[in-house]
Amino acid sequence: MFGLFQLKKIFQLNDNFFYWLKITFLSLIIFGLILSLVVSPKDYLQGDTVRIMYVHVPASWLALMIFAAMGISSIVTLVFKIRVFTIYTKSLAPIGFTFSLISIFTGSLWGQPTWGTFWTWDARLTSMLVLVFFYIFYILSWKFIKNFFVAEKYSSILAIIGLANLPIIKFSVEWWNTLHQPASIKLTESPAIHSSMLMPLLVMFLGFSIFVLFIFFIRYKIEILKLQESKLNKVLKK
Amino acid sequence: MSPSRKKRISYFLVSAVVVLILGKFIFNSLQKNTIYFFSPTDLLLNSETPRGLIRVGGLVKRDSIQEKKSEAIYTFVVTDLKNDIYVEYKGILPNLFQEEKGVVVEGVLKDKKFLLGKTILAKHDENYMPPEVAEALKKSGKWNKKYDQ
Repeated sequence: MFGLFQLKKIFQLNDNFFYWLKITFLSLIIFGLILSLVVSPKDYLQGDTVRIMYVHVPASWLALMIFAAMGISSIVTLVFKIRVFTIYTKSLAPIGFTFSLISIFTGSLWGQPTWGTFWTWDARLTSMLVLVFFYIFYILSWKFIKNFFVAEKYSSILAIIGLANLPIIKFSVEWWNTLHQPASIKLTESPAIHSSMLMPLLVMFLGFSIFVLFIFFIRYKIEILKLQESKLNKVLKK
Repeated sequence: MSPSRKKRISYFLVSAVVVLILGKFIFNSLQKNTIYFFSPTDLLLNSETPRGLIRVGGLVKRDSIQEKKSEAIYTFVVTDLKNDIYVEYKGILPNLFQEEKGVVVEGVLKDKKFLLGKTILAKHDENYMPPEVAEALKKSGKWNKKYDQ
C-alpha cells in the first residue's frame, strides 16, 4: 500500500497519459469558451457582463479547493511524516495562487459595471484577499527558509492555519451583510442559475480542473528533479 | 555571524513587519466592515444616530425615484419592507440601479430617516437567467418575489 506514496512513482506515468490529459483539457476549454461566449444567453439584468462569471466562479472554486487540499496534505505531512504530501502541497501552491489572483481580478472587472466599484472591503472580498496572502506567505516560506526540513515544518503550519480562513470565505455571504451576492449553486437547493448558464459554467470548471491536474503533475516532477539536483537523497529515500 | 544567516534574519524581520502591518490592516477593516451595511430597521433600533460615513442597504422602493434634471440630484426611498429611509444623491447612478432591486448607499445620516448619499453601489442577487425566461416568468405569474431583492 505504501508503494503509492513513493516520491518517484510519478515517473511511471508515460507521455501518452500527459498527451491525453492535454487533449482533454484543450477540448473542454474550447468547448466551454464557445458555450460561455457564444451559445449562452445574456443575463436579464447584467447583459453580457454575466460572461465574466464563467471564468470567475471556476477560478474561485479552485482557489479554495486547492488551499483545502494543501491544508489537509500539510496535516498529513506533520502528523504522519509521509514526505510525498509535502511535495504535493508545494507543487499545488503556485497553481492555487494564480487562480486566487484570477478570481480577484475578474471579480473587480465584473464589479465595476455591476456594483459601480472595482473593490470594496466587504467580508467576502476581504477574506478572499487574505487567502491570496496565505498563498504568498506559503510560497515565500519555501523561498526564504533554506533548510528543507525547517521549511517543510513552517510552511505546513502556515497552510494549516490558512484552513481556518476557508469557511470564513465560503460563509461570509451568509454570516454578514455583504455587497457580494450569496452562492447561486448550493448542494441542498436547486441552483438559482438558469440551466443554459449552468452548463457552460460546469464545463469550464471541469476544463480548469483538468488543467490544474496537468500543471500539478509538471510541477511535481520539477520538485522531485530539484531534490535530486540538490542531493537531498535523505529526503528522497524516505 | 555568517552573511547568509544575516540575510535570512533580515528577510525574516522584513516579512514579520509586513505580516504585522497587514494583519492590523485586515483586522481593522474586518472590524468595521463585518457590518457592511445597516438596514433602515437597524438604524431605527440603534439608540443613537451613527455619525460619519455609513452604508445603508435595502430595496429601492417602487415609484419612489425622483430626479431634479437640472442638478442631477436623485431622491429615492430605501426600504427593508419594514422601515424606510429617504435618500438624496447627486451624481451618476450605476446601470443596475432599479426600482425594487437591491442597493447599498454610502453617505452621511442627517437623521434616522434621511441619508445624504455620497456613493451608490447596486447590489446584485444570486439569480441568473436569460431575458426571455425572466419575461416568461413574469407573464405566467411565476415570478418569484425573491428575484427582486
